[in-house]
Amino acid sequence: MRFLPHTDEDIASMLQTIGLAGLDDLFAVIPGPCRFQGKLNLPEPMTEWELREHMTRLSDSMAASRGYKVFMGAGSYEHHIPETVTYLTGRSEFSTAYTPYQPELSQGTLQAIYEYQTLVARLLGMEVANASLYDGASALAEALLMAIRITRRKKVAISRLINPLYRQVVRTYLEPTGYEIIEFGYDTHGLTDLSTLDAHNDLAAIAVQSPNFLGVVEPLESIARKTHEKKALAVVAFTEPLAYGILKSPGKLGADIACGEGQSLGIPQWFGGPGLGMFATRMSHVRNMPGRLVGQAVDAGGKRGFVLTLATREQHIRREKATSNICTNHSLCALASAVYMASLGGSGIRSLARLNYDKCEYLKAELKKIGCKIPFAAPTFNEFVVEYPAGAKTLYADLLKKNIVAGLPLAAHFPELEGHYLLCVTETKTKDDMDALVKGVRQ
Amino acid sequence: MKKMSEFRLPDDVRYSEDHEWARLEGDAIRVGISDYAQDQLGDITFVGMPNVGDAFSQKQEFGTVESTKAVSELFMPIGGKVLEVNEALEESPGLVNEDPYGRGWLILVKPDNPDEFNSLMTKGDYAKRLKGAE
Amino acid sequence: MTDFSGTTGLIFNEPLLWEKGRKGRTGMSLPRRDVGTYALDESLCGDGPDFPDLSEPEVARHYVRLSQWNFGVDSGLYPLGSCTMKYNPKLNEKMASLQGFTGAHPLLPAELSQGALRLMFELERLLAEITGMDAVSLQPAAGAHGELAGMLIIHAYHKSNGAARSKIIVPDTAHGTNPASAALCGYKPVAVKSNEQGVLSPEAVAEIMDSETAGIMITNPNTLGLFERSIREIAEIVHKKGGLVYGDGANMNAVMGIVRMGDIGVDVQHLNLHKTFSTPHGGGGPGAGPVCVKKNLEKFLPVPRIIENHGAYSLSYDSAESIGKIHAFYGNFGVMIKAYGYILSMGAESLKKASQLAVLNANYIKAKLKDVFHLAYDQPCMHECVFSDKLQKQNGVTTLDIAKRLIDYGFHPPTVYFPLVVSGSIMIEPTETESKEDIDQFVEACKAVVAEAKENPELLHAAPTRTKVRRLDETNATRHPCLTG
Repeated sequence: MRFLPHTDEDIASMLQTIGLAGLDDLFAVIPGPCRFQGKLNLPEPMTEWELREHMTRLSDSMAASRGYKVFMGAGSYEHHIPETVTYLTGRSEFSTAYTPYQPELSQGTLQAIYEYQTLVARLLGMEVANASLYDGASALAEALLMAIRITRRKKVAISRLINPLYRQVVRTYLEPTGYEIIEFGYDTHGLTDLSTLDAHNDLAAIAVQSPNFLGVVEPLESIARKTHEKKALAVVAFTEPLAYGILKSPGKLGADIACGEGQSLGIPQWFGGPGLGMFATRMSHVRNMPGRLVGQAVDAGGKRGFVLTLATREQHIRREKATSNICTNHSLCALASAVYMASLGGSGIRSLARLNYDKCEYLKAELKKIGCKIPFAAPTFNEFVVEYPAGAKTLYADLLKKNIVAGLPLAAHFPELEGHYLLCVTETKTKDDMDALVKGVRQ
Repeated sequence: MKKMSEFRLPDDVRYSEDHEWARLEGDAIRVGISDYAQDQLGDITFVGMPNVGDAFSQKQEFGTVESTKAVSELFMPIGGKVLEVNEALEESPGLVNEDPYGRGWLILVKPDNPDEFNSLMTKGDYAKRLKGAE
Repeated sequence: MTDFSGTTGLIFNEPLLWEKGRKGRTGMSLPRRDVGTYALDESLCGDGPDFPDLSEPEVARHYVRLSQWNFGVDSGLYPLGSCTMKYNPKLNEKMASLQGFTGAHPLLPAELSQGALRLMFELERLLAEITGMDAVSLQPAAGAHGELAGMLIIHAYHKSNGAARSKIIVPDTAHGTNPASAALCGYKPVAVKSNEQGVLSPEAVAEIMDSETAGIMITNPNTLGLFERSIREIAEIVHKKGGLVYGDGANMNAVMGIVRMGDIGVDVQHLNLHKTFSTPHGGGGPGAGPVCVKKNLEKFLPVPRIIENHGAYSLSYDSAESIGKIHAFYGNFGVMIKAYGYILSMGAESLKKASQLAVLNANYIKAKLKDVFHLAYDQPCMHECVFSDKLQKQNGVTTLDIAKRLIDYGFHPPTVYFPLVVSGSIMIEPTETESKEDIDQFVEACKAVVAEAKENPELLHAAPTRTKVRRLDETNATRHPCLTG
């Protein structure tokens, strides 16, 4: 086996040093009844070449975008990833290191994460960002738990226009401790409806997503104001952070916590994971934050360096009183997004976000022209809801046969939106791709 | 870390089992942590304080002290209401290390039952206890 | 020190990202604009984030220089106890980057996702076989996430029995994630001390196990690297009182093909694919923490489950008693690919051999170093061994100093100051992928450091000196946190 360096002579000489006769003797302390008798029933080992062949066959059976045109987002977005991102994060000094517990040997990871925290804080308009969480859904759950800790209240409100999968995760996290979750519905513009807010005076947080699940940009400033009038924390979730390349940031509009999925920024879709849980807040809440933080420090010779800091919030020190149980996070994904943001730059992210907006508007306009309904008229980013003409299900299936995925059917999560589809357009879709979709719908 | 003989144990304060000290100041009691406690904790980076007006019973947790790699709870040497907290520690938590009985004080308390003060250890008893812990 | 791998080389300085670049540069090829410009409500628009503008060569050089300040498994021996820093096969990286996998949208109809679903289904079966458990969910994104899933399952189990419980037993040798995960489910952790042999005694567990206690969280082998010999008796005690046994699989690398937790009384177990199954740690993740259960707990596993029907794979949400979802999609698929590739490359014999060699390497180090460092528990160990600085303290030298000096010799230090039950602990886990020569070098380096501790402790206090930075002032960094630039 090529990963195992020991020769028979090595083994014999090491056993002799230990004073044992055979490898089995190493396990003599394990009582007989605990020992597994027999051999694991696993497939015969594959050679490198057989495994390559096997994996390639599995990969080829996927509808990845080479053959398919997938107009679907809903929390996982297809964007171009510069080769620099893949190449640089693939350097094994980054990828084969552990969590940077020994700062002198981990300055690469530490500086990169410090830079990531800074870029994320700037993108979201917040004062401090952590070193990453698992994904957007767990980041939202952590944000709500943090709001509960800060306000010492036991009830949170979430918009129905937060990604339904995120809402499911939030329910899982909050269920055993008995914290209450209420939901706010939405109005005819595709915006969160806070008209029943007055009935609630004991909320720890109000969470909305912007752009929301239907792609619509929420009026965050007024939502934050209403939230603060109730002395609750304004939590802003997101699944498409590229939007903030052009839209006002959550922090600028009054968010206390901004959290969401960073997959859009240089991370492959990978069938849903690993993604990147982004999490940012105000400095006044930093001691209640979940997850690792990297801070600037000075070394014994007066040089600038970086360390993990404010660690007393974390599980390895505060155990059951920790702000979260998270240990391993998504560091390499954070690195990928930092390389991506650095590659785009301030000028690039504005141009790219605008291009995404315009492409999406193009498709919206073309679909309108052929008689499709766009039920929510408020401004959107990258995604929008379309109601196809009668026979939508057949149409969707026909398009699928032509290797076009014409959006996500919404009825599964929003029964009232039967026949409605959530379409997504990013810079990866050309005008020709969109025209082909429109043509397919018209037929 | 210091040797046992190096700890400063002033005799104008009383000591608790949890290494807090209490000093009678008129009707009020000033509270801090002992030289031994600050030495064990190492460089203190943060003190989590109660709010003025909070009330605690004797031995109840009223706050935390943190070093870079540890958190310790603070316990009331005497029950009562918090009159003042040492706001200087927010900016300079290291005062607890430098001057634990002076500028590194934690809170000023109005005791519910001043007799509790007498239940605390004198310098001599506390020194014996530390020797026992050695 | 000329024989050791640690040496000096040209180390580059590199500023922070925003200390370089010029407005107007870009490092990304912007896609062609083939549509017009559409109206956008200006009141929604901001100035955009204040990112630096860099060219592609600047970005490349920046991160290459940063990478050179790092130490990975590919750089050298990384004997970080409890972390299983084994070699990460390169082919698996390549396979995870196949276009069909990287470009796969998670919400596509199952018929367009057969490859991924099959891979996940098969990986679940492989892990079930290796652990002796009946059912597996791959959804947890990391070990602590797997613990949370496991605790939620235990919570759901008691709830379905109509009797929620309030406490959980956690040994004093446990990882901090154990009590933190339990607390998320509202459980109060109750500590149980290990005995003078460093393992749990059934009597100690029996004393505190009651009908209010949901179960026990047990790491086996434990964090002292010792096998919990009484695991079956302990499981019986816990089961008799209606509790469940949670197995923390962080140390699974010691016992693949040798012990199956599912056979010896464990009801729920998580695995760390980024430890035992060779996926890289990425400087702190992403990992994956599958949760494995016995048959009676299968109905509580997260949804969706993967179903196979005559060679066709699909996702099922049909599980009324499931704990729900704990990840937006299905977990860290990109990591699963690598673990799946690893198991298929290894097969049953090599997995067992890997555990044997991991244990051989640890016992070899223990034998070689037991006169050099104080050995906390002089017993046959599993995949890791725990020493302390007791002998060196008289020279005014601590575990931290020893760890830092080892860096100058070219080795990543062991885990230090954990487990907490040993004062000044030095926890060494070499893993099976280190050769005898490399381990001999490491042993020689430890001996050299200990000799220096006697003759010239200042060398240790000043270490490391060959790295990009020397020891950093963590106290000041914490007192005055600077978390963004």
